[in-house]
Amino acid sequence: MNASGTGDQGRGTRGTRRETQDQGTRPDRRGEGTRRERRDAVVVPEAEFRSYYGRPIIKAPVWRYDIPAYLFTGGLAAGSALVAAGGDLTGRPALRRAGRLTTLAALSASTYFLINDLGRPERFHHMLRVAKPTSPMSVGSWILAAFGATAGPAAVSELAPLLPRRGPLGLVRRLAPSAGRVAGIGAAMIAPALATYTGVLLADTAVPSWHEAYPELPFIFAGSALASAAGAGLIAAPVEQTSPLRRLALAGAAIELAGAHSVETRLGLLSEPYTTGRAGRLLRAGRTLTALGVAGALLGRRSRVVSALSGAALLTASALTRFGIFAGGVRSAEDPKYTVGPQRNRLTGRENGRERR
Amino acid sequence: MPQQDLVNADCIVIQGSNMAECHPVGFQWVMEAKARGAKVIHIDPRFTRTSALADLYVPIRAGTDIAFLGGVINYILSNELDFREYVLAYTNAATILNEDFRDTEDLDGLFSGYSPKQRAYDPTSWRYQGRQQAASTEDATSEGMAIHRQTAAGLEQESHGPPVPALTERDETLQHPRCVYQILKRHFSRYTPEIVEQICGVPKKLFLEVCEAWTRNSGRDRTTALVYSVGWTQHTVGVQYIRAGAIIQLLLGNVGRPGGGVLALRGHASIQGSTDIPTLFNLLPGYLPMPHHAKHPTLEQWIGDIHQPGQKGFWANARAYAVSLLKAYWGEAATADNDYCYDYLPRLTGDHGTYRQVLNMIDGKIKGYFLLGQNPAVGSAHGKAQRLGMANLDWLVVRDLYLIESATFWKDGPEVATGEIVPTECRTEVFFLPAASHVEKEGTFTQTQRLLQWREKAVDPPGDCRSELWFFYHLGRIIKAKLAGSTLPRDRAILDLTWDYPTHGPHDEPSAEAVLKEINGYEVATGRPVPGFTELADDGSTACGCWIYSGVYADGVNQAARRKPRHEQDPVASEWGWAWPANRRLLYNRASADPAGRPWSDRKAYIWWDEEAGQWTGYDVPDFERTKPPDYRPPADAAGVEALAGDDAFIMQGDGKGWLYAPTGLVDGPLPTHYEPAESPVPNPLYGQHTNPTRMIYDRPDNQLNPAESEVFPYVFSAGRLTEHHTGGGMSRTVAYLSELQPEMFIEVSPQLAAERGLTHLGWAHVVTARAVVEGRVLITERLRPLRVEGRIIHQIWLPYHWGSQGLTTGDSANDLFGITLDPNVLIQESKVGTCDIRPGRRPTGPALLEYLADYRRRAGLDGASGPNGASRSSGRRRSGGRTDPGKPGRAAGTRRRGKNAGAEGE
Amino acid sequence: MGEQSPASAGYQQPPPRMGFFTDTSVCIGCKACEVACKEWNQVPDDGLNLLGMSFDNTGGLSANTWRHVAFIEQPRNGDTGSGMRWLMSSDVCKHCTRAACLDVCPTGALFRTEFGTVVVQEDICNGCGYCIPACPYGVIDQRRGDGRAWKCTLCYDRLKADLTPACAKACPTASIQYGPLEELRERAQARLEQLHEAGETSARLYGHDPDDGVGGAGAFFLLLDEPEVYGLPPDPVVTTRDLPAMWRRAGLAALTMAAAAVVAFLGRRP
Repeated sequence: MNASGTGDQGRGTRGTRRETQDQGTRPDRRGEGTRRERRDAVVVPEAEFRSYYGRPIIKAPVWRYDIPAYLFTGGLAAGSALVAAGGDLTGRPALRRAGRLTTLAALSASTYFLINDLGRPERFHHMLRVAKPTSPMSVGSWILAAFGATAGPAAVSELAPLLPRRGPLGLVRRLAPSAGRVAGIGAAMIAPALATYTGVLLADTAVPSWHEAYPELPFIFAGSALASAAGAGLIAAPVEQTSPLRRLALAGAAIELAGAHSVETRLGLLSEPYTTGRAGRLLRAGRTLTALGVAGALLGRRSRVVSALSGAALLTASALTRFGIFAGGVRSAEDPKYTVGPQRNRLTGRENGRERR
Repeated sequence: MPQQDLVNADCIVIQGSNMAECHPVGFQWVMEAKARGAKVIHIDPRFTRTSALADLYVPIRAGTDIAFLGGVINYILSNELDFREYVLAYTNAATILNEDFRDTEDLDGLFSGYSPKQRAYDPTSWRYQGRQQAASTEDATSEGMAIHRQTAAGLEQESHGPPVPALTERDETLQHPRCVYQILKRHFSRYTPEIVEQICGVPKKLFLEVCEAWTRNSGRDRTTALVYSVGWTQHTVGVQYIRAGAIIQLLLGNVGRPGGGVLALRGHASIQGSTDIPTLFNLLPGYLPMPHHAKHPTLEQWIGDIHQPGQKGFWANARAYAVSLLKAYWGEAATADNDYCYDYLPRLTGDHGTYRQVLNMIDGKIKGYFLLGQNPAVGSAHGKAQRLGMANLDWLVVRDLYLIESATFWKDGPEVATGEIVPTECRTEVFFLPAASHVEKEGTFTQTQRLLQWREKAVDPPGDCRSELWFFYHLGRIIKAKLAGSTLPRDRAILDLTWDYPTHGPHDEPSAEAVLKEINGYEVATGRPVPGFTELADDGSTACGCWIYSGVYADGVNQAARRKPRHEQDPVASEWGWAWPANRRLLYNRASADPAGRPWSDRKAYIWWDEEAGQWTGYDVPDFERTKPPDYRPPADAAGVEALAGDDAFIMQGDGKGWLYAPTGLVDGPLPTHYEPAESPVPNPLYGQHTNPTRMIYDRPDNQLNPAESEVFPYVFSAGRLTEHHTGGGMSRTVAYLSELQPEMFIEVSPQLAAERGLTHLGWAHVVTARAVVEGRVLITERLRPLRVEGRIIHQIWLPYHWGSQGLTTGDSANDLFGITLDPNVLIQESKVGTCDIRPGRRPTGPALLEYLADYRRRAGLDGASGPNGASRSSGRRRSGGRTDPGKPGRAAGTRRRGKNAGAEGE
Repeated sequence: MGEQSPASAGYQQPPPRMGFFTDTSVCIGCKACEVACKEWNQVPDDGLNLLGMSFDNTGGLSANTWRHVAFIEQPRNGDTGSGMRWLMSSDVCKHCTRAACLDVCPTGALFRTEFGTVVVQEDICNGCGYCIPACPYGVIDQRRGDGRAWKCTLCYDRLKADLTPACAKACPTASIQYGPLEELRERAQARLEQLHEAGETSARLYGHDPDDGVGGAGAFFLLLDEPEVYGLPPDPVVTTRDLPAMWRRAGLAALTMAAAAVVAFLGRRP
């Protein structure tokens, strides 16, 4: 605990305020409804607000790195399912295979992250006890289950050439491609839901910067999923088959950046956690790498190396974006001003509205 | 008064108490009163949880309450706001004093009769003028009063009137210059609002607000209740604090009335019981005094001293109470021929108070010590003396729920770190016996409103834990067995003790109910429980363990176990538990009716005379003979109970009146007088006499007090309680749920003091006095405010006293800071105010700590060194030149002895 | 969205909805509620930490503190003799009519009892942690070393036995009042009027209004200053209120994503 000095006898919390910008709040000495002034000049200064010793009002998520990691791998899996199906239906077997295998790998990683983050991992199956539309996590669990049930067989079907030609297994070998196609299309149809429900997952909390960003988050995640899947494909597949990926990367980046820009400018005070501090750094880095990755994807059409580097950039960018969004939200939960300020404004607005009537 | 009676108050003054903090459950009645519109006033050195719920908070300098209360008395008398009819009828306001009396106004802070040699008063000149003088007792000399002080005889007077003549001379017009009313007026005439501001640091406006609220809410239709606790008692003038409060309540006619009176909040759940059935050296059960070897060689002399011939009141039957007690102790062996074994009773030879004992332990005079549910290493003043004393015994038996600091001091007390106690060389053999908690045994609690409540046993105690009853019963049984067959006379006292309680269970637990029956009293021949103390006999036909409890087992029913819910009876709730005496809930309730027996007002009706039925009736048991009519006037030669008139509401006083002026019984004066605390940063602006001239002093090198107005110890400090912890901490710092609520020892300071001394919030600081250094974490708070006192800013510091070296949370013990100086009437230590210094950072450890303290003492002029003014000093003296203490005004300090133990000092 | 009353939660003939009214104007800060709750529910201690927040050393509601007493020292100038106000308030789970924690729980561990309270079934909770950031008051929390989410149960076991919750039972000044919610709301309104008439104009009710963002709280308060002074949100809204809009946006984003994929793959074959 940092104790603020005794110099300022009245409402003095300025010293504490400076510390809290980057590190989260420190409770300060007196909770007389401590008044704080925002001294960050980036956005329009808000009115003074009061808090209980600078302590957070809501609880920040207890999730660790597993959840932003899952956001990344889940998006990657979803995007890759689309890539795989697209490759399958347009005669690009390398894309199909790369897509399906990336999907499986990302899906497995996703499952690991989700189970690992549970307080009681051995009870992960409790997620499927109920199906609750009011719980994005419940909906998402079922989406994930359905996706796994389709993307899994689709990926497994790629192993068909390993089977013998004759006998019952030979039958399986012959049926595999069609079964895989059906499964793959199924996965591709579920994929958009998988990529976007996570936006609702974060938004459906009291975390101010997530909740207010609910219009944008699904778009940001969708765009990021597409870009990351394109990036994976650019690494894995030969350049001849990757032209759709370049278009996909461009589209994904555009969607993502549009959403990010809106989040960083539309939300007033609640944009601040995304533009400052650690979250700000992560998101800016992600944006830069996205831009580089897209540029490289478009310009490095013929070079496997440039394509691969671009792909790596896009993958990294997607991860950074997820971690940045996550960190921004956590930040907005930890500092009470992000909860108190907008709510107080809302109340005042309602009261004024009532008076005018 | 019972706590729930507070709901009837129109105004509640809480002073010397942090009621919400320390009696949170009782405080609900204050909240209920508030909900009904009562005004709550809290007067305290610091703004506490009580202040938070009060309507008015008054900050005051610790140790100056008499100045404040004197100011209120002055306000009442100057503006003639006293409840005149009540005052005339029920107090001694009209009584005329004899002409030899001199007041503090005449003698610059002393009353007539002071002997500097004895440091005590001869109270002869304080007496009433009257045809019948009290028979001269040895108390009526200064030597006698010195013994009175040693034996804390003031305690005996707690519930009965000291010797006075039954009929007194009175002036009903209250104009006679020597009537109590005029004496009172003169005595407090200089206690003006200006002086109150000067001494107490209370702004005039605030002080007057209190006066107005208090007087406005008193009278026929309205009553004000006064609540106090150890913030008043733990002072060298503690008894006089309470006297001052009582004077106000008598003047305003609040005593004995619903929502009025004085509520003494006691410190533990059953500590009232521990003075009723006492664990005090100078009392026997029911406040009978322990006999003194020189004053009471025979039974008759002893009883004659308890009750003077010609006095009024219920102490007239002292012989019955005393003989019944002796019969309870020695049963068949106690007969009229041997004065009921009176010679078996131990005798006092002087001061056997707990502090005297500890100092005697240090001096090697005491071999063994039983410590039962008490933790003096943390809870008593001058912790070092406590621990060094206990380290110099042959054996020590500690019974408690946990290994408290008083059992482990020899290995982890502060003196081990400094080298003053070496564990391998400490000669005390410590026996620790685990005790049963209160849910693991049955018995009664007697709590703050004299209410006995029986508790059932809920679970068996674990392992070797045993109840106190089991311990003492079997200890006595074994000692008796060991002494069996002895022919030594001195062993007869133990061998003849009745000790035949039935036991039960696998551990032979004695029956608590059997003990309660014995306490109630019974007819020896038949075993029938007596219905009350009026049926006790003085011829050995009854036995009774405690006469004031007589009635608790009336009709063979455990009255203390009654639990009729409050929804099924009136608010007085007489059928819940049993209160002594005789289940009277509000004492002196005769005063709730006027002299003619009618309630003063309908709104404040409580008991009244029913002419048709020929008896007193109302909401409570009348504290008066039920059938004595209000117009009864005793014959001229009546004595005892018969001498009480129909309007003598104060039935325990020798003259049947409430005492505004106390002609006898108190060591330090008939009227409260503002004296500074023994350690004070400022002079006494009212008198040359700085501190209480009769306070108990133990003048020795290991008990030095900070000199007055010392620049080395410029701050005032006090210690007190937190709700979350319990006394010495044995029952709270061992429990995680409580320890997490207040997890560390801390020190509260104002922001101004923090700035002055460079203290930071949650940083470390240490407080220094002549005795000890105590460290803690700093809590800067505006609930403590600097006060403007006598033209200076005085800073006050506050520490919780709960911490020690054992438990989940450990820390230094605040009471180590206090020295030992006591109220002369009851030998309670002054542990609510002292002077100190405070410095940032942790204290030194090891031998460096002793050097640090020695340096402080040197700089303050103690230990024989020169002080800042160049004059040699001893403990507690003022600087030379100017007015000094004690003795005649103008004498220099040099006449005081230094550092020697002297018999005249009460040692 | 979300269960709103015991009847709508599917109970046949449920008892009346029960709740708390905490009148902080009579709180004496004794913390009996904190201790009674822990004793009854066998909740672990929250660590021994001197926080220096006046007399508050437990900090806030958490998995191990289900009743939390806040202390706010407010020095005041002016000549009301006190010169000081010390607010004390016992905080607790609000048992919202529209409870976000309940809405978002994916395992069904959180459920609405027949008394209208919200309780976690600890044999089902798998510690996913979703309820924790969902609560607009920051009540529910994950217990370290245990992994599951814990919060006040409104002494569900005591309610079933027709007893009063431990905290209400222990409170010496009836700051914590337990009873049927309707009755408590009436009582609170009367108390508010009484305080306003006595000149205590800063008194206000919090969480009492069935039209507020959480549909009214099952545990509501009388405060003497703004909610944020006590660490409470000024205008809490159950996050689920915006959920339909969120799903719509997600649907739109999903379609956009699919369209982008289709467009990307249209065009010439290799």
